[in-house]
Amino acid sequence: MVLDLKLIEYDKALEVQKGLFNGVRNGTVNSAIVFCRHYPVITLGRQAKSVNIKADQAELARRGITVRQSERGGDVTYHGPGQLVVYPVVHLELFNKDIHYFLRTLEENVIALLSSFGINAAARKGLTGVWVGEQKICSIGITVKNWISYHGLAINVSANDLKNFSLIRPCGMDIKMTSMETILKKEVSFSEVQKHFIKEYKYA
Amino acid sequence: MRKVVLPELGQGIDKAGVSFWFFKEGDQVKEKDDLVELTTDKAAFNLPSPCSGTITQIFFHEGDQVNVGEMLCVIEE
Repeated sequence: MVLDLKLIEYDKALEVQKGLFNGVRNGTVNSAIVFCRHYPVITLGRQAKSVNIKADQAELARRGITVRQSERGGDVTYHGPGQLVVYPVVHLELFNKDIHYFLRTLEENVIALLSSFGINAAARKGLTGVWVGEQKICSIGITVKNWISYHGLAINVSANDLKNFSLIRPCGMDIKMTSMETILKKEVSFSEVQKHFIKEYKYA
Repeated sequence: MRKVVLPELGQGIDKAGVSFWFFKEGDQVKEKDDLVELTTDKAAFNLPSPCSGTITQIFFHEGDQVNVGEMLCVIEE
């Protein structure tokens, strides 16, 4: 099952994921991919330290950015409309009961997708996500409950969101983010990115 | 007495961090209740209780790292 929620609040997309999670748990849904884009939001994962949000509340409010605690793994991240967010809801027991294997497969999926756009990206050992040189283009953070995974990954598609990453220390590190548009120097169609993601996806 | 250990989570995963416990020592739990949330890499995951009973001892706490096979808690059935 593939859903495209378009531009949607973080909380609403989470509700959809939870519905799908329940569907996968009781067997009415086999596996699902949710595509969406979020209104500006900073999310704090389970390993997040609030010091990794550099901007104060007034600054965040001025930019219209909300802050949410998230049950996913990882530190702090930012989501905005320039990213394609992908939430695979998957029963890992039906595929490969291995959390890291799933993370590595998602990375490979995104690397293959980027390659089809002519972008040479790679995984970096110990730094989950997808990188173009020293810059990060895709962030990953998942939750696994009863071997069903949800939450997922965010691919930086447009360049216009990147400035908001300066308000945080992404993943608790001083890293630079890049986007598909930045690298290709042209606008990239979200639906094309989705299409390529599905093509490379191995958990359906 | 049931010893609850950190199970195999996948190849190359030898440890996980404790995020928080859903219960404290002395609490009653039912089979399949979530006992503890752990993190590894960029994944958070739960560990359900293998049985019903009373948690008598918890060996690792918030922020601790646990190796696969190490005992997380003891449940008196």
